[in-house]
Amino acid sequence: MALTLDAKIPAGPLAEKWDRHRFEMKLVNPANKRKHSVIVVGSGLAGASAAASLSELGYRVSCFCFQDSPRRAHSIAAQGGINAAKNYRNDGDSVQRLFYDTIKGGDFRAREANVYRLAQVSVDIIDQCVAQGVPFAREYGGLLANRSFGGAQVSRTFYARGQTGQQLLLGAYQALEKEIARGGVAMFERHEMLDVVLVDGKARGIIVRDLRTGEIESHAADAVILATGGYGNVFYLSTNAKGCNVTATYRAYKKGAAFANPCFTQIHPTCIPVSGDHQSKLTLMSESLRNDGRVWVPKRREDCDKDPSSIPEADRDYYLERKYPSFGNLSPRDIASRAAKEACDDGRGVGPGGRGVYLDFGDAIKRLGRQAIEERYGNLFEMYQRITDEDPYTRPMRIYPAVHYTMGGLWVDYNLMSSIPGLHVLGEANFSDHGANRLGASALMQGLADGYFVIPYTIGDYIARTPLPAVSTDHPAFAAAKADVEARTRALLAINGTRTVDSFHRELGKIMWDKCGMARDAAGLRQALEEIPRLREAFWRDVKVLGAAEGLNQSLEKAGRVADFLEFAELMCRDALHREESCGGHFRTEYQTEDGEAKRNDEAFAYVAAWEYAGDGVDPILNKEPLAFENVHLSTRSYK
Amino acid sequence: MRWLRAFWDSTVGKKAVMAVTGILLVGFVVAHMLGNLQMFIGADAMNRYAAFLKSTGELLWVARAGLLGAAVLHITAAYQLTQMNRAARTDAYAKRVPAASTLASRTMRWGGVLLLAFLVFHIGHFTTGTFHPAFSHTMVYGNVILGFRSPVVSAFYLAAMAALGLHLYHGAWAGFRTLGLAKRSSAPRERRIAQGLALIVWAGFSSIPVAVWLGILN
Amino acid sequence: MHLTLHVWRQASPDQPGRLVEYAAPDISPDMSFLEMLDVVNERLIQRGEEPVAFDHDCREGICGSCGLMINGSAHGPMKLTTACQLHMRSFKDGDAIWIEPWRAKAFPVVKDLVVDRSAFDRIIQAGGYISAATGTPQDANALPIPKPDADWAMDNAACIGCGACVAACPNASASLFTAAKVTHLGALPQGQPERERRALAMVAQMDEEGFGGCTLHGECQEACPKGISIDAIMQLNRDYIRASATKVEVAEWTGAA
Repeated sequence: MALTLDAKIPAGPLAEKWDRHRFEMKLVNPANKRKHSVIVVGSGLAGASAAASLSELGYRVSCFCFQDSPRRAHSIAAQGGINAAKNYRNDGDSVQRLFYDTIKGGDFRAREANVYRLAQVSVDIIDQCVAQGVPFAREYGGLLANRSFGGAQVSRTFYARGQTGQQLLLGAYQALEKEIARGGVAMFERHEMLDVVLVDGKARGIIVRDLRTGEIESHAADAVILATGGYGNVFYLSTNAKGCNVTATYRAYKKGAAFANPCFTQIHPTCIPVSGDHQSKLTLMSESLRNDGRVWVPKRREDCDKDPSSIPEADRDYYLERKYPSFGNLSPRDIASRAAKEACDDGRGVGPGGRGVYLDFGDAIKRLGRQAIEERYGNLFEMYQRITDEDPYTRPMRIYPAVHYTMGGLWVDYNLMSSIPGLHVLGEANFSDHGANRLGASALMQGLADGYFVIPYTIGDYIARTPLPAVSTDHPAFAAAKADVEARTRALLAINGTRTVDSFHRELGKIMWDKCGMARDAAGLRQALEEIPRLREAFWRDVKVLGAAEGLNQSLEKAGRVADFLEFAELMCRDALHREESCGGHFRTEYQTEDGEAKRNDEAFAYVAAWEYAGDGVDPILNKEPLAFENVHLSTRSYK
Repeated sequence: MRWLRAFWDSTVGKKAVMAVTGILLVGFVVAHMLGNLQMFIGADAMNRYAAFLKSTGELLWVARAGLLGAAVLHITAAYQLTQMNRAARTDAYAKRVPAASTLASRTMRWGGVLLLAFLVFHIGHFTTGTFHPAFSHTMVYGNVILGFRSPVVSAFYLAAMAALGLHLYHGAWAGFRTLGLAKRSSAPRERRIAQGLALIVWAGFSSIPVAVWLGILN
Repeated sequence: MHLTLHVWRQASPDQPGRLVEYAAPDISPDMSFLEMLDVVNERLIQRGEEPVAFDHDCREGICGSCGLMINGSAHGPMKLTTACQLHMRSFKDGDAIWIEPWRAKAFPVVKDLVVDRSAFDRIIQAGGYISAATGTPQDANALPIPKPDADWAMDNAACIGCGACVAACPNASASLFTAAKVTHLGALPQGQPERERRALAMVAQMDEEGFGGCTLHGECQEACPKGISIDAIMQLNRDYIRASATKVEVAEWTGAA
C-alpha cells in the first residue's frame, strides 16, 4: 500500500510560512509539558540541541547515544564552519540569498519551504551559540569573523578555528549536561537503539542495547526523535567516525518510515588519499582550505611522478579555475569531486595509485606569508603532516574525494515528522534540506536549526493534537520488538563462521564505491544489486562474531551495524538506478552534457523518492513527493 | 563558617593553605639564613644578634607560635592531600615514563618528611641544646662551630639543606601558581624566581658548615 | 615492521586483569596506531580469540574517544597527538610496546583498554556551562569580545575530554580538564554571571569523583593532545579562591542545602 506523503507545507507566501505556522500550531501549556515524555536518540548537534531545548521547555526527555559521552557524537569532527545569513560583511547576503544558494547548491531537489525556514533561523543559531559561550573567531575589533565557502559568493561562514563542529557541539552538550543536572533529561550513554516500537500506529518507544551490560531494554515515551546521523559508512571508507551507522534509521524504515533519496550521497573533494589496505577511515581536510589553496594536476601524464615543485607553472592544469572561472577553487563539492575524479581517470592523478590531486598553498604563502596561513589552517596542516609525513608548507597537499555526508535520509514533513506518526527525524538523519548536494558549512546549520528552533515548536503541536494514552513497556508491542532484537543478537553469535565482520564491511564498501560512488551507471548498479544479496547471504552464513551477548562486545555491535548496511546498500543502489538523471551528488554517466556536466531531468524526476518497506525479499514501494518550485527558477546549475 | 570547611575540604583549598603557610615558612627561612650569615662577620656580631632575638621576649614566642601553626597546617594539608592523591590511583602502570615532572616535584613528600625530622633535631641541637655536646645559652657562635665539628651532624645538615633547596624550587613555583598570582606564560617567570630562591637558601645555609670544615670559621 | 605488544586484558570491571603478550608481525609504518590494533584484532578473531576492546570513533583526533597509555606515555610518544593520529612510523622494527588503559580510581576499567570516563560529564554537569536557554538572545555582535580573550577562550575550549591529563598525572588529578572549562567560560563576558558558582561547584564535583589534587608536576600539559596549558589551572585556582573569599556557600549554589 502506497503511503500518502503529505509534506504539510503551510499556505501563504514563502517568507511568511514559518511565522504563520508557528502561530497556527497548538501549544502544550507549561504545566502539561512535564506530563509528556520524549525520547531523543543521538546526541550530536541535532540530538543534543533538541534534548536540551525540550527539557528547558519542561518535557521529560530521555536521550541515548552509543558513545561513552554525548560530547563525542560525530558532529564534533566538522571543521570548517556554520553558515548564517547575518550579512555582517555587508556583502549582499540575505535570508533570500542563503535560501537560493542552498536550493541551487542542492541542484533543485530540496523542498523550498524547508530550506527557506532553515535560512530564516540560521541567524538565531549564531546568537544562541554566542550566548552559550561558543568561542567563534573574532576580528581585532571584537566582532565576529567570517570566511567564504564553496557554492557561495558571500562570506557568511562563522567558524572557530578548524574546530567549529566541536565548539558548537560542546555548546549543545553543555546545555544538555545542564539539563541533566537539573533532572530534565535522563541520559543513557553507551546505549544503542536497535528498534523503534509502534503502538496503535504511533512511535511510542524504542528498544536499546546497553553496550556495557548487553542488556536489551525497552523505553516508552509520547514521541520519539531520531537524530542518528548519516549512513556514509555503507562505503566502509568514509570521513565518518567508525561508529556512524544506519541502524536506527534503517530499523525505523523497516517499521514503516519512508526512506527518501538514499542515493544522494556527498563526496567531499578534499580528503587525504588512501595509503594502503589497512586504511580504516578517511580524513577530511576542511573545505575552507580551498579559500587559499589552488587545485591542480600535471598537464602531462608523464609528469605525475615528478616532484611537484619541479613542474613549471605552464605544465600545471589548474582545472577548477580553468573549467569554472567564476567559482574556481570554490566550486561546490560535487563538482570539485567529479573534476578530481576526471583528472585521475585521465591518468593525471598523483601519489600512490594515481588517486590524488594537488592542493597547493605556494601562491597563498607567497601572497600572505607563512604566518597568515599558519593562523588560518595551522591545525589542518599539522594533521596532514602527521598522517602523510609530508610538509604542506613546502610541498602541495595531495587530496582526493571521499564519502562525507548523506543528503538522503528518512522522509519527513515540514514538521520534521516521518511517515510514522510521532517519529521525528532531525539533522543528517532526515532528507529535508540539502536536496542532491549539500553546501559546505550547512550541515551544522541544519542540525542546530532542527534541534534548537524547529522541533521545540512542532513536537508540541503533535503532542497537543494527538491523543496519547499512557503506554508502558509491558505492552505486547515492546515484548515483541525486544524478542526480535534478542533473537537477532543470538543469531549473529551462533553463526561462528570464518570471516570477520570488517572483511564483509570492506567488501561491501568496495562494491558501493565502485558501482554507487562518484559516478554511477545502470549496468554497474544492476551488478551491485546482484552482488549485495550474495554478500549478505555469505555474511549470515560465514561471519565470525566472538564473545557473548552479555557485557561489552564491540564485534557484536559492529556485526549488527554491518548487517543493516548489507540490506540498506541494496535500497541505495535501487534508488540510484531508478533516478535516471544526474543531479548534485548523484551522477549517472548516461546523463551528462557534452562537456561532462550533470544533466538533470526536471520533467521526470523533480520529486522526492520515498521508499517504503514492503517486507523481506519483496521490492520496496516507491512513493513520490513532487517538488514544486514557486519561488526560484529551475535552471541548470552553472558555476562557470 | 561552612565556606571555610568546604574550602579546607577541597583539593584547591588545601593547596592554597599550603601555599600561604609555605610563604610564611619561606619568609622565616630567608630571615633565619640572613641571621646565620652573620657568622661570617664574627663571633660578637652573631652572639649579639642571638641576644637581641632573646630580648624580644613575648614577641619571640608569638613568632614561634605563628611558625608552629603554619608548619602544622602545612604538614596536615600535605599529609591529607597525599592520602587523597594516592587513593586517586590505586593501580599503578606497568610502564610509565614521566615527561615533565622534576626530581624536586617528585620528592616533595619525602623531602618534606626529611625536613621535619631535621627540624626536630635542629631545635634540639641549636635551640634547646638537648643533642649538643657542649651547649651554651649565650655563646651561639661557639655552639655553631662546635656543633658542626661532628661530621655526622654536618652531613645531615647538608643533606637537609639540599632537600630544602629542592623543596623550595618546586614549592615556591607551585605556591605562586596555586594562589593564581602569576601571569600566563610559556616560560613562567616564577619558575626562575623559585630557582633563584632555592639556590640562595641552599647556598646560604650550606656555606656555614662548609666554612667550618674548611677552617674559615673557627 | 615486526612488533611485540604487551596489552592489558581484563574481561570485566570486577575481574582482575593482566598484561598479555602478542606478536604483531607485518605492520606498515603508514598505519595509525589504532589501525595496527585493528590488524591485531582481525588476526585474533581468525584464531578464535576475543579481540582487544578499545574506545575509538572519529579517528581524526577530535572526538576524544581513544585513550591509551602507550609505552608509559598517554597517547604515545608523539606530542600533541591522540592515539588515533599516532602513526606506526613513530616506532622501530622490533619494538616492544606496552598498551595499558588510563589508570585512575575515577576512571574504572570497563573492559580491556576501555575505561568509564563519565566522571568528566558529571564535572560539566556541576557547572561547566552558561545558562542560556534556547530562545532569541541578543544579537551575536552586540557584545564585542577582544580577540585575545576569544583566542584564550578557544585555546581552552579545545579540550576533547579524552582524559590523558588524568592518566598522565601522578595524582590522577582532573585539574587540567576542569580548569580548561572554567577558563574557557570565564574568559568570555557571557560566562561572568556564573563564574564563582562554576568554580566552586566544578571543583567540589572533581573532588567528589575521587580525582587527586594538582601538585604542579606539569605532566598533564605534556600529555594533552590539544596543548592546553597549566596556566588554566592557575586561573581555576584564582577563580576558586576568589569565589571562596566572597564566602559563597557551595551548597547554596548547588542547591545541596
